[in-house]
Amino acid sequence: MNRVSSLSLWRERLFGTPFTGFLTLVMAFGIAWVAVPLIRWSLIDATWAGTTRADCAPGGACWVFIRARFGQFMYGLYPVDQRWRVDLAGILFLLGTLSVVFAPQRLRLRLGVAMLVLLPPLGIWLLSGGLSLRYIETREWGGLMLTLFISIYASLIAIPLGILFALGRQSELRVIRLISVVFIEFWRGVPIIAVIFLASLLLPLILPGGIGIDRLARAVIGLGFVIAAYMAEAVRGGLQALPKGQREAATALGLTYWKATGLIILPQALRISLPAMTNEFIALIKNTTLVLVVSILDLLGIAQASLADPNWVGMNMEAYAFSGAIYWLICFALSRWSRHLETLGRRQNH
Amino acid sequence: MNKALSFINDKRVRDWIYQIAAVAFLVGLTIFFVRNASENMVKAGIASGFGFLWRTSGIEVPFVLTGYTQSDNIFSLFWVGVANTMLVTVIGIVLATLLGFVIGIARLSSHWLTSAIAGAYIEFVRNIPLLFFVLFWYFGVIAALPAPRQSIGLFGVAFLNNRGLTIPLPDSVDNLRWAALIVLASWVAYGLISVWARRRKERTGQDAPLLAIGIGLILVIPALAIAWASLATRWDVPVLRGFNYRGGFAVIPEFVALLAALVTYTAGFIAEIVRGGIESVPKGQTEAAGALGLRPGRILSLVVIPQALRVMMPPLTNQYLNVLKNSSFGAAIAYPDVVSLFMGSALNNTGQAIEIIAMTLAVYLVIGLAVSGLMNWYNARIALVTR
Amino acid sequence: MTIRIFSTAAVLAAGISFAQAQQLAPSPTLDAVKARGNLECGVHLGLPGFSFANDKGEWSGIDVDYCKALAAAIFGDATKVKYTPTSVQQRWPILQSGQVDVLSRNSTITFSRNATLGLNFQGINFYEGQTFLVRKSANVKEAAGLDGASVCVAAGSTEEKNAADWFRERNLKVTITNFQKNDDAIAAYDAGRCDAYTAGVGALAGQRIKLKAPDEHVILTQPISNDPQGPVTRWGDERWQLIVRWVLNGTIAAEALGVTSKNVDEMKANSKSSEVRRLLGAEGGFGKMMGLNDDWMYNAIKQVGNYGESYERTVGMGSPLKLERGQNQLWIKGGLLFTPPFQ
Repeated sequence: MNRVSSLSLWRERLFGTPFTGFLTLVMAFGIAWVAVPLIRWSLIDATWAGTTRADCAPGGACWVFIRARFGQFMYGLYPVDQRWRVDLAGILFLLGTLSVVFAPQRLRLRLGVAMLVLLPPLGIWLLSGGLSLRYIETREWGGLMLTLFISIYASLIAIPLGILFALGRQSELRVIRLISVVFIEFWRGVPIIAVIFLASLLLPLILPGGIGIDRLARAVIGLGFVIAAYMAEAVRGGLQALPKGQREAATALGLTYWKATGLIILPQALRISLPAMTNEFIALIKNTTLVLVVSILDLLGIAQASLADPNWVGMNMEAYAFSGAIYWLICFALSRWSRHLETLGRRQNH
Repeated sequence: MNKALSFINDKRVRDWIYQIAAVAFLVGLTIFFVRNASENMVKAGIASGFGFLWRTSGIEVPFVLTGYTQSDNIFSLFWVGVANTMLVTVIGIVLATLLGFVIGIARLSSHWLTSAIAGAYIEFVRNIPLLFFVLFWYFGVIAALPAPRQSIGLFGVAFLNNRGLTIPLPDSVDNLRWAALIVLASWVAYGLISVWARRRKERTGQDAPLLAIGIGLILVIPALAIAWASLATRWDVPVLRGFNYRGGFAVIPEFVALLAALVTYTAGFIAEIVRGGIESVPKGQTEAAGALGLRPGRILSLVVIPQALRVMMPPLTNQYLNVLKNSSFGAAIAYPDVVSLFMGSALNNTGQAIEIIAMTLAVYLVIGLAVSGLMNWYNARIALVTR
Repeated sequence: MTIRIFSTAAVLAAGISFAQAQQLAPSPTLDAVKARGNLECGVHLGLPGFSFANDKGEWSGIDVDYCKALAAAIFGDATKVKYTPTSVQQRWPILQSGQVDVLSRNSTITFSRNATLGLNFQGINFYEGQTFLVRKSANVKEAAGLDGASVCVAAGSTEEKNAADWFRERNLKVTITNFQKNDDAIAAYDAGRCDAYTAGVGALAGQRIKLKAPDEHVILTQPISNDPQGPVTRWGDERWQLIVRWVLNGTIAAEALGVTSKNVDEMKANSKSSEVRRLLGAEGGFGKMMGLNDDWMYNAIKQVGNYGESYERTVGMGSPLKLERGQNQLWIKGGLLFTPPFQ
C-alpha cells in the first residue's frame, strides 16, 4: 500500500505533465551519457589485482597503480617503518576533536583549551621526531598526511590571528581599526599562489642571515596569514550579528574590554560564525594544492609526481580520480557538518 | 604616585598608549625586515632596484593583446600579463554569473530531477580543489580537439584545433573604429529619443513609433555599419601552412581551459548565492504580490529579484574577486597571465624576487581593493537601511 | 690542579686551531656542513639520468653523483647528502638564501646569471646542447624544419630564450608555450598540445622515457645552442668554492689518470704516477690544504667512481638514456671535458 503511493508520488513528480515528462527524459539521457562510460571505465572494465602496469587491461582504469602507490599517496616518502607515528598523530587529533565536540557543555571550553595547548606540539613531535623518536625531515613528508598537516597547522595560525583582527576591525580605536582593515584587505586581495611563492622566497630574505625556516613551515605561515584574513571576516560576521546591547551591558557591569570580549562577546560570536569558519577551512584544504608551486608534495603533488615514473606512464586519470575523490570526501563531509551547525544555530535562535 | 596612576586609568590616555604601541611595533618590524633584506641581498650579491624593467625581455609570448614582441622590454611583458589576467577575469565573471544563475534557479525548480542534478553539480564542484578543474579542462580540451591538419573549419575563415581557435584579424582597424562610433552614436540616439517620447506621452498622451525607430537605430544601422566596415577592411585570414594555420589571431587552448575551469567552478558557488538570495525573500512577499494581481514574471523582476539582489550582492562581489585571484591558477597550465609571465619567466631571467613579487601583488590589490571598497560602501548603506 | 691542566690544554688547543685558521681561510659553509653532519644539495625535481628519486625516495643521476662525491670527499661517506628537489623558478633563491650548500641541477652557465644573481659556477660536469623532441610522424629532420610549429618549454630556463632567439634570427615563426615545470611541459607535449618539446639533448633523453610511447618520438641531432652545466655556489666563502670546484675536477682527473672505483686501492698503494698519488692523498697533503682529509678524492672515487663510470651508469650506455659521450668525452680523447692538473 505504502509502496504504491510512493511510486505514484514519483510518477507525479517526474511525469506529471507532458513538459515535466520531456524534461525528465532529457535529463535522464544526459545522466546516462555521462555516467555509463564513467562506470564502465572505473568499475566494469577496470583492473583491480596485479603488480605492474602490464597486468592492466586497456580501456579500463588501472587501480593496480593506486594500490602500488597507496602508501605514497597517504604518507609521501615518510619512512615505512615510522608511519605508525603519522597514524597515531591522526588518531590523537581525531580523538581530541571528538572529545571536545561531545564533551558536556561545562567541560567543553576547558577541554578545548587543553587540547589546543597539548595536541599541536605533540603532533609536531610525533611527526618530525626528536626526544628518542627518529628525526624525520619535512621533505620526506607528503601525500594526504601533508595536506591535512598544512590545513590544520595553518588554521592554528589563522584562527587566533583572525579573531584578533576581527576584533581590531570592530575596535573603537581608529589606528587599531586601520591596521586591521589593511591587514585583512591586503591578504584577501592577493592570490594564494603568489602568497606561497612570496613566503618561500621572502621569508629567508627578511630574517637575519643564518636563521633558516623550514620549507614546509614557510608554506604553512604563508597560508596561515591569508586564511587569517578570511577567518577574520567570518568572525566579523558573528560579531556584527550580536546586538550592541551585549557589550554595553557587559561594560555597565564593570567588565573590562578583554573580560567582556572573552566572556560575553566571543563565545556567542564564535558560535554564530562557526559554519562560516568551517567553510573557510574547506577552502583552506582545497588551497593546500597550491603548495606544489614550491615543490612540496601534498596529495595532488604526490599524484602528479607519481605520473613521472617511467614504469607507470599514462596513469593520469587514475591518479587524478583517486586524489580528487579523497579531497571531495573530506570537503563534502566538512560542508555537511557546517550546514548541520548552521541549522542547529538557527533552531537555537528561534 | 596616585596622580600618575589615575593618568593611566584614564581611558582616553590608555587608548592612545595602545595605538602608539601598535604603530611603534609595526614600524619597528618593518625596519627590521627591510634592514635584514637589504643586508642579506648585499651579502649575497643580488641586484636590486627597478632598472631591470627596461631590459630587453627576449621572452616569446603565445597570446598577446598589447602588440608586444620579444624585443620589447620587461615592463611591456608585465602589461601583457596584466592584460591577459584582466581578459580571462572579465569574461570569466560574465559567463560564471550566467551559468551560476541558471544552475541556482534550476536548484529551486519544482521539477525534482532538474533540482537534483543542479544540487549534485553544486555539491560536486564546491568540494574539489580548483586546480583539478584547471588540469581536467586543459587536458580534456587538448584531447577533444583535432590536430591542425584535421582542423574544424568555421565558414572557411576560422579554424579550431588543439593549438587553439585561429580567427581572422583586420589589417587595419580604421574602418572598424568608424563602425564602432556609428553603432555607439545610434544607440545613444535611440536612448535620447525614447526619453523624449516618454516625456511627450506623459504630457500629451501621444505615442511615438518607438518600435520602428528602435529597430532602425538599434539593429539596422549598426548592422549596415559593421557590414560596410568588414567589407572595406582587408582581413588576414588564417591559412594552413606547415605545422599550423598562419596569420590571424589564435585564441590558445590554455585560455579556453582556464576560462572553462573558472566558469564551471565559480558557477557552483554563484548558484548557491542565487538560491540563498531568492530563498531569503519571504514567501509572503510573493503571495502578497500575487494577491495584488501581478503576473509571475513581474513578481520575479519587481519584488523578488530586487530584494534577493541585496542579499546576493556582497557574496557575489566576493566571488568576482575570487575569479580575479583564481585566474592565477593559469600558471599551472602555461596561460600567460601576470603570475606566469612576470613571476615566472621574468623572475627567472632577472632574479629580482622582491621587486617582481611586489609589482605582481600590486596588480591584484589595486583591482581588488577598488571592488572591495565599493562592496564595503554598499554594505554600509544596506546596514543603514535595515536599522 | 686538574683545572690548570685542562686550561693549559685548552690554550694549547686554541693555539693549534689558531695556527690552522691562519693557514686556512675561514669557510662558514664547510663548518656548517660538518656541524650538520650532512651536505645539502639542490637537485632537479625529477629528470631521469640527472636527478631522479625512485618510489623509495632513493636519488640517482649524474648531478646526484656529483653531490655524493662531494659528500664522500667531506665526510668519507657518500650517503651523507640530503637532496632538495627544486623547480626552475626556485633553484636560485634556494641557493641564495642558504638552504642548500651547492646546487647540482643541470643549470646552464651564463654571463647574466653569474653577474647579477650572486652565484658562481664551479666548472662543467655536462656539456648540454639544446635541441628538440618531435614526433616521428611529423617528419622533421632539423630545427629549421620546425617553422610554424608550437614548442613547449619550461618557463625561465635558458631554453625558453635560446629557442626564441634562434628562430627569430632565422626569420622563422614558432609559437613558444611556457610551462612552470618541465613535467607540465612534457605532459602537454605528450597530449598533443605542441609539435616539439625543447631542452638539452641529455634532458630530452631523460624526458623521453616518461612519454606514453617513447619510440614514436625522435630527438633532433643538431643542437641550436651551447649549454655548459655544472655545480653552482653562492658568492663568498672562497674555500668552499675551492672544494666544490676541485672535487669535480678530481672525478674528471681520475678518469684521465685511469683511476676507477675498482682499482683505486691498488692505485693508491702502487701507482708510480705522482699525480695519481697526489689525487688519492698518498702524497702532497692536498686535502688538508682545503680543510679536508687527504683521502678526500680516494673516498669520492672509491664510493662514487670517476666521471666516466658515473656517466655510463647514469646517462650513458649503461642507462636507459643511452647517450654517447660526444662533447662530454675527455679532452685527451677529443671531447671538451677538461681538468687543470693536480699539482
